Amino acid sequence: MTADDRAALWLTFQLAAVSTAVLLLLGTPLAWWLARTRWRGRAIVEAAVALPLVLPPTVLGFYLLLALGPHGPLGALAAALGLPPLVFTFRGLVVGSVLYSLPFVVQPLQAAFESVGERVLAAAASLGAGPLDRFLTVAVPLARRGFAVAAVLGFAHTLGEFGVVLMIGGNIPGETRVASIAIYDRVETLDYAGAHRLSAILLATSFAILLFVYGGARRLGLRARA
Amino acid sequence: MTAGLDARVELALGAFRLDAALAAPAGGVTAVLGPSGSGKSTLLRCLAGLEPGARGRIAVGGEVWLDSARGVRVPAHRRRVGLVFQDSNLFPHLRVRGNLDYARRRARAAPALGDEIVTRTGVAPLLDRWPGSLSGGERQRVAIARALLAAPRLLLLDEPLAALDAPARAEILELLRALLAGSDVPVVYVTHARSEALQLADRLVLLDGGRVRDAGPVREVALRAEPGRFGGEDELGAVVEAEVVAVDDAHELSTLAFPGGALRVPGRLALGTRRRVEVLARDVSLALEEPRRTSILNVLPARVVEVRDAATPRPIVVLAVGETRLLARISRLSLEQLGIAPGVAVYAQVKAAAVVV
Repeated sequence: MTADDRAALWLTFQLAAVSTAVLLLLGTPLAWWLARTRWRGRAIVEAAVALPLVLPPTVLGFYLLLALGPHGPLGALAAALGLPPLVFTFRGLVVGSVLYSLPFVVQPLQAAFESVGERVLAAAASLGAGPLDRFLTVAVPLARRGFAVAAVLGFAHTLGEFGVVLMIGGNIPGETRVASIAIYDRVETLDYAGAHRLSAILLATSFAILLFVYGGARRLGLRARA
Repeated sequence: MTAGLDARVELALGAFRLDAALAAPAGGVTAVLGPSGSGKSTLLRCLAGLEPGARGRIAVGGEVWLDSARGVRVPAHRRRVGLVFQDSNLFPHLRVRGNLDYARRRARAAPALGDEIVTRTGVAPLLDRWPGSLSGGERQRVAIARALLAAPRLLLLDEPLAALDAPARAEILELLRALLAGSDVPVVYVTHARSEALQLADRLVLLDGGRVRDAGPVREVALRAEPGRFGGEDELGAVVEAEVVAVDDAHELSTLAFPGGALRVPGRLALGTRRRVEVLARDVSLALEEPRRTSILNVLPARVVEVRDAATPRPIVVLAVGETRLLARISRLSLEQLGIAPGVAVYAQVKAAAVVV
């Protein structure tokens, strides 16, 4: 493995890890709200969250490029706050990844929260547990498999990100050149052996992660007890 | 009734409308009886603070939980209501001990007799078990213990026996009777089973179509209940509070005295104990002359007070036996032939009387 390979893989891992952390932080309250709200406009939010599932990543990337660019609303806001620019930076990639992988985190969490059931939460309330207490001591433990699945899927999906990165990140070694971009790069220059190394690593990693989701999580007792 | 529950709640859920007033004194069981869909559970959810749309006024022990006129609305977790559902709703991710500690830790005042609750509910041997491994009866024991350990100011039970098989039902009923008798908070027990209400309650509230049809002491409400809506068509009957005054060991009969008369029932009951006896209207027949040489043990001289549903094929005759009221369901033909009308003196022949408690 070349130093370039290692840099690309390390950057990919960092991006996936940071994005997953941000996704769990933002996705948990969003999923909880979606699971509990009786608001009729909920479908709008659900559809918006699911968009990255069907949208070509280049479309998402294109709009992000506009929004994050110096004349876009987010880019202008960052500039106004004295923050460094977002396009073609690692931070920009995190923003893109979070949007791109949002459904993979929110949907399993929402399903897990919905299965917690209103009556067991009512029981907790009657015993004196306030809303945050109920959430932390009843909803989160009962939804723990949902958290495991959400984290793993969010991480794995970010590993495979390509179109969004290409649009808003470009191909800067050590900053935005993640594994999927590096592979594309190698193929463009007909370096098939180099493309192979990274591709095989991504393939094996992704398969191992999914194997954990479908098989291992159960054995680790992450499924809610009946 | 400052120590008790005093509530009037209104709630519209789609086409259904609940509009019910409920009073329950501290230290007694008030049973809310009604057919399914009558709004019993919804009423309970309003009391517990689980229905955001509920309006009206709810006060417990002088503390106001809901007063929509003044914008007062205490959230569920500050009301301190002990809730026991049909399905016990234990926390599946906590052992029995964890479930009980969850309640204990959040109790504002340490429950008097905390350890005694664990002992009396019989959950001590279950402490290290997971809820998923418990039987239905065991789960309800834990749910009851958990509710009591939270030191509730109001205890609400929603069909706690409905999901249990017959032996477990008898067992939990026995436990509830022992525990609730000594309760110092108001207890509201929701059920569709008339027999449960008669066994546990001091006061009865009949709910139908979201409205209270009748409320009062069990003895009085039972007499007025409409058969079919509140229990089976044949379940109409009088409830008599009586004391065991004699026991005939040879014939295995016990004599129960009530204000105005006495009844002999099968079995050897403990002398001097107070019992509740149900005399179903269908088990009472009437005669104008004193029947002699009859196999029926209980023949009581009575006076007709009222004839209900006189135009139906099976009218109901309300009888006074001293101070006690009994009901008899007879055919309209008999009513006409015997000339049964208010004021007529009759003999009530009681074919069977069941000791409820």
